[in-house]
Amino acid sequence: MDAVKTELMKKSKASRQDQRGKLISLFCIFLIMLVVLSILYMITSKGLATFFENKMSFTDFFTKKVWNPSAKPQPLVGALPMIVGSFGVTVLSAILAAPFAIATAVFMTDISGKRGQAILQPVIELLVGIPSVVYGFIGLTVVVPFTRAVFGGTGFGILSGTFVLFVMVLPTVTSMYVDSLKAVPRFYREASLALGATRWQTIYKVIIRASIPGLLTAIIFGMARAFGEALAVQMVIGNASILPQDLVSPASTLTSVLTTGIGNTVLGTLPNNALWSLALVLLLMSLVFNLLTRFIGKKGAF
Amino acid sequence: MANNNIITAENVRLYYGKHEALHGIDLDFPEKQITALIGPSGSGKSTFLRSLNRMNDLIPDVTVTGTIRLDGSDIYSPQTDTVELRKRVGMVFQQPNPFPFSVYENVTYGLRLAGVKDKKLLDQRVEESLKLAAVWDETKDHLKDNALSFSGGQQQRICIARVLAVKPEIILLDEPTSALDPVSSAKVEDSLLAIKNQYTIAIVTHNMQQASRISDRTAFFLNGKLIEVDNTANIFLNPKQQETSDYLNGKFG
Ligand SMILES: Nc1ncnc2c1ncn2[C@@H]1O[C@H](COP(=O)(O)OP(=O)(O)OP(=O)(O)O)[C@@H](O)[C@H]1O
Ligand SMILES: [Mg+2]
Repeated sequence: MDAVKTELMKKSKASRQDQRGKLISLFCIFLIMLVVLSILYMITSKGLATFFENKMSFTDFFTKKVWNPSAKPQPLVGALPMIVGSFGVTVLSAILAAPFAIATAVFMTDISGKRGQAILQPVIELLVGIPSVVYGFIGLTVVVPFTRAVFGGTGFGILSGTFVLFVMVLPTVTSMYVDSLKAVPRFYREASLALGATRWQTIYKVIIRASIPGLLTAIIFGMARAFGEALAVQMVIGNASILPQDLVSPASTLTSVLTTGIGNTVLGTLPNNALWSLALVLLLMSLVFNLLTRFIGKKGAF
Repeated sequence: MANNNIITAENVRLYYGKHEALHGIDLDFPEKQITALIGPSGSGKSTFLRSLNRMNDLIPDVTVTGTIRLDGSDIYSPQTDTVELRKRVGMVFQQPNPFPFSVYENVTYGLRLAGVKDKKLLDQRVEESLKLAAVWDETKDHLKDNALSFSGGQQQRICIARVLAVKPEIILLDEPTSALDPVSSAKVEDSLLAIKNQYTIAIVTHNMQQASRISDRTAFFLNGKLIEVDNTANIFLNPKQQETSDYLNGKFG
């Protein structure tokens, strides 16, 4: 009897294995958490140092227009031009990309049938995978001269940045929206057609409408990507930290100032801390985008 | 029996690709009567029903031969406008499928498609249709609520109201109560009985009691063939074909 009891109380090989697996995954999770938390801590502490250690004004950072952190004796950290630039390219490229994404996605799911999808799906995946330097390079050789010729100015500026980002976010937005269109049940389409709707009426009165939460999520994802894109934008935007007066003169974004400035500053000094503050703004914005998609995800089904 | 057939089907064969699913069906639907289609699973009831409003057109590789006439005109002729056809021949599906919009928008969907904008007419038609579908009391204070927030039985009756609102001449129902509990089913049946003097109804059902309770005529399908069609009482009490009585006695299916 006792033998049976001890045998039963002892852990089996399987349950020991189970426990070991659990331990390993816990360890990995812990490691990732550690990395994420230290990154967050680093960006936050360095980003806030501009205000607490270097005593720069918090409101000036968001409202002043001159960015010259190494100026003597009074350094200037007005990030407004970059913030405006970042939001400018992000919002404009999203507005431009949305109708194209809707049209492409609807074409793939509801119009072209299997054949069109078989062709378009790989194209879109390919577009997502092209490195951003390549996009920037193409932007520099094609988009900038094009903008210069058609809209005037130097060609460098928010407009060129918008065009490049448009091409970059379009595949992201499209493929996410395709997924949400596919999640709209077939029986909505049947119900609509059975009520005497044409295919087109069904698409815009039922399918697109039912998938609006999914569309918004897709667009916000695209915006998050546009907001965080550095290289390609930096190559076409002109990199002048002045408040943009129009769309065709050189401007800058948070990311472009970061990438251009990062090599020219010394760790621990104000010019370096000021860049960390820009990074902090980027981090907070990506958090906002994330929360937005979660919020929408909770509201809608598709 | 009244000889006012609104739909006449002659030698209807339907192919899914190369597979012949209907082997020459001849079946007529008398006006303002309820015809029940019964038969075991896979016997072609849904396929036949869906050929009456050309919903099968949506499935790739479907071919239909033979003739189906609505009021004397061939619905498969190239001149037929399927959009018009489907306004005249409405359909209710097995799964309640209201759009994820408000009750009001669901019921007015078909009218809005037809270009009706008059708010008074829309309001009036919503009330009328929901009353006919026996779901007015449950929805009248919640017309702006999402239709998906109602129970399955209520959703199905909202779907019936949605079809009624466009005033079709014929309503096809494919197992409309199979996803519902008995109480909700009974309510759906009540609403069908309530509208039957205004509409011609074809209903597919696996529930023999349901067929006998509500239908005037019953058609028995087996393996893509129509075995027998007659007054419901005759089918259930003295079927002429051996297969019919075997099926009704639970020998197969
Ligand atoms: N979309 C389709 N593609 C190919 N074959 C199909 C399709 N739909 C139905 N079939 C076939 O046609 C035949 C008749 O099917 P149908 O759905 O009409 O039967 P049913 O009588 O409605 O059955 P149930 O009572 O299970 O609904 C079956 O053999 C089925 O496999
Ligand atoms: Mg069926």
